[in-house]
Amino acid sequence: MSTLVVEAVSRNFGGVQALSDVSLAVEPGERRLIIGPNGAGKTTLFNMLSGAFAVSGGRIILLDRDITHLPPYERAKMGLARTFQITNLFPHLTVLENVLLALQAMDDTAFSLLRSMRANDHLFRAAGALLDSWGLTAIADQAAKDISYGEKRQVDVILGMAMQPKVLLLDEPTAGLSAAEVVRVVGMIRSLPRDVTILMIEHDMDVAFELADRITVLHQGRLIAEGDRDAIRNNPQVNEIYLGAE
Amino acid sequence: MTGPLPWRALAAISVVAVSISLALPYLLTPYYLGLVVKMIIFALFAMSFDLLIGYTGMASLGHAAYFGIAAYATGLLALRLEWNVWLALPAGVLIAAITAALFGLLALRARGSYFLMITLALSQVLWGVAFGWRSLTGGEDGLPDVPRPDLGLPWSLADDTPFYYFVVFIVGVGTLLLIRIVSSPFGHALRGIRESETRMLALGYNVWRYKFVAFVLAGTFAGLAGCLYVYLNRYVSPGYVHVVMSAEVLLMVVLGGAGTLFGPAIGAVLFVWLENMISSYTERWLMLLGLVYVLVGMFAPNGLTGLVRDLLNRRTGS
Amino acid sequence: MTFWVLQILNGISFGMLLFLLAAGLSLIYGLLKILNLTHGSFYLLGGYVGLVVVHATGSFILAVLIGSLAIALIGIVMERVFLRRFHLQEMPQVLLTFGFLFIFSDFAILMWGADPQTMPKPELFGSSIQIGPFVYPSYRLFIIGFGLVVAALLWWLQEGTRFGAMIRAGVDDEETARAMGINVSLLFTLVFALGAFLAALGGVMGGPIFGVYPGADFEILLLGFVVVIIGGLGSLKGALAGGLLVGLLDNFGKVFFPEFALFTIFAPMVVILAVRPTGLFGRE
Repeated sequence: MSTLVVEAVSRNFGGVQALSDVSLAVEPGERRLIIGPNGAGKTTLFNMLSGAFAVSGGRIILLDRDITHLPPYERAKMGLARTFQITNLFPHLTVLENVLLALQAMDDTAFSLLRSMRANDHLFRAAGALLDSWGLTAIADQAAKDISYGEKRQVDVILGMAMQPKVLLLDEPTAGLSAAEVVRVVGMIRSLPRDVTILMIEHDMDVAFELADRITVLHQGRLIAEGDRDAIRNNPQVNEIYLGAE
Repeated sequence: MTGPLPWRALAAISVVAVSISLALPYLLTPYYLGLVVKMIIFALFAMSFDLLIGYTGMASLGHAAYFGIAAYATGLLALRLEWNVWLALPAGVLIAAITAALFGLLALRARGSYFLMITLALSQVLWGVAFGWRSLTGGEDGLPDVPRPDLGLPWSLADDTPFYYFVVFIVGVGTLLLIRIVSSPFGHALRGIRESETRMLALGYNVWRYKFVAFVLAGTFAGLAGCLYVYLNRYVSPGYVHVVMSAEVLLMVVLGGAGTLFGPAIGAVLFVWLENMISSYTERWLMLLGLVYVLVGMFAPNGLTGLVRDLLNRRTGS
Repeated sequence: MTFWVLQILNGISFGMLLFLLAAGLSLIYGLLKILNLTHGSFYLLGGYVGLVVVHATGSFILAVLIGSLAIALIGIVMERVFLRRFHLQEMPQVLLTFGFLFIFSDFAILMWGADPQTMPKPELFGSSIQIGPFVYPSYRLFIIGFGLVVAALLWWLQEGTRFGAMIRAGVDDEETARAMGINVSLLFTLVFALGAFLAALGGVMGGPIFGVYPGADFEILLLGFVVVIIGGLGSLKGALAGGLLVGLLDNFGKVFFPEFALFTIFAPMVVILAVRPTGLFGRE
């Protein structure tokens, strides 16, 4: 059973055909890279997978369940996590509080009105440990709006990973990062266990080819190629798009 | 970081506040004691609104609806049916909660400016009923002669001092509950919703449910304040649910600093004091109120606590 | 039968005034993304200024022109001096427009007193006319016609002129509109002024029927909001449809249930929220 199946999915909004007839199937534990020039529809696809955008046609099946019309938070509860192309943190909360929110979501006490936050010691410890494993303990008490861009991107990825998802959608996790930060993020992605299935949008071809099991190429809202690294590297159409676009 | 002040500071302030509040009846004249009671009641009202606007980020223009409907309910029950306070007060609060639930179901169908308009429209409809249904509500004249609560204690709440302690106690309990709520995982989630709804959804939170419960809680505590207010004044009128009342509580919250619970309470105290002072000098209260809105909107949208925080940040160079 | 026709005409004529108000509100929101709480004041002040002009000159036409233009001027000052710097910031805008609502409300009482005042009808439409078996005030018929003309003009403005095209571009995507060379800043001021103009126009036109009185600002603001909730914020069609609907409902409400008049407009508002929260013609 494929973990994620996208069947002939399209999105038409305001007269613009953002995606047409895109189909793909991702296997359990696979690292699937989604690449393509700007405007290809990559983030639109992610938005439809996570439920932020409605589907104009087609179906999405996650873990054997049709989630096409399921609201975003239900998909998240099923184990679908995502990060955002435009960093989406909780700006006035501290970095620690940001991570706490991510961890709290799956905790039984998430709707508890009269329990003190401090009683959730296990969550505080887990958040601290998570930040520590990323080397970000130093910024734990800073407001998320005050940290550097690179740190914000990393926290965005942490929030996606914190829920220990079954399927993780990473939207350009390395965008705008310094070389050292890219290495750290790639290392963290690498270290994710194989029971997490990962879809990742990337512009950095080196990173993409380094991490990919299979690659899907989108262009102007259509799927134009799919295959393993060699197949894509040697695909004439793909080369033309990328070389031509330079 | 927004949220209640650090615990130690809060505890210290609480001790001082409690001591002063217990001593006040022996320090003030009945007139000023009554004013302090009004301040405390509006502090509760403002804190209830802070839960909605400061913590969850839902700006509403009709919060007076729950304040007023509870006042009318309790007033009517105490006056017409002669219910005693043990029934009339909870009944008033319950009616406020139910109204908030119904209005919340409607208003939460929308967001942003629609939400603002709908909350205003709903509360004004309530005003229209209060104004128009003379046989029930007394219309424009309101309901006078609502009796003070009779607790069955040796001290009559018709007297200023026992009534003062009664209000302090109830508002104190309400405040402790509110503090508990905002410091809970639920409260933490509300702040997340304020900061980024899309992220909260992506994390798996049923954002609508949180917003709805926050809306109802805010309305419930506003209702509690309303019940106390009708007992204080022994009177209720359509003004309790009018948009001007909603606008006033909005200003109290903004003036004090939204999202701090403590700030809006201070904002309420300040507002009541200013209103009292200014209206003794001029009839142009509404115009001056409008001016304050314009000034706050232009120069201090984060309120006094925001200004203080900015000053502190500038001092420490962060 | 006569009763129904008369009441329907009453409702429609009031609905036209509501349309003028809601159209302005929608235009301002659509482009500037401001929910203008001061809009009720524009209506109120339009009425008062119109009244002053009528008393001074005896000319209704002058009252309409000067009343609307004066308030449009106030709108320009408000937008340029106060609201402009808080573009897309909801809370300062709410505080500012609320503030001005209160200031103008009290100012009107200060200037013209707390008693309701009447405005004389223009001589041309001063009496009732006979249409078949019915006798009906010609002024109200004039309002209906006038409203339709304004609606048509606004529609033409929006769909058939470059100005309208620029507005639509600005509504859709401000960034792109700017990039295309549209003077968005001037557009903002003009549209805000137009909105204020329309509201004041409603206030002057409504004067002879409903009088000019303190509190009209809050009353009409509420109704204006109900109109755009039902019709859809940002839509001219919605303003007209909603205006007519609310005008009719408000009128029938006052006739049949004077104690619960607001309930008749409450019900359709609830239905719309349950079924189509963005209004009949709203976007998003």
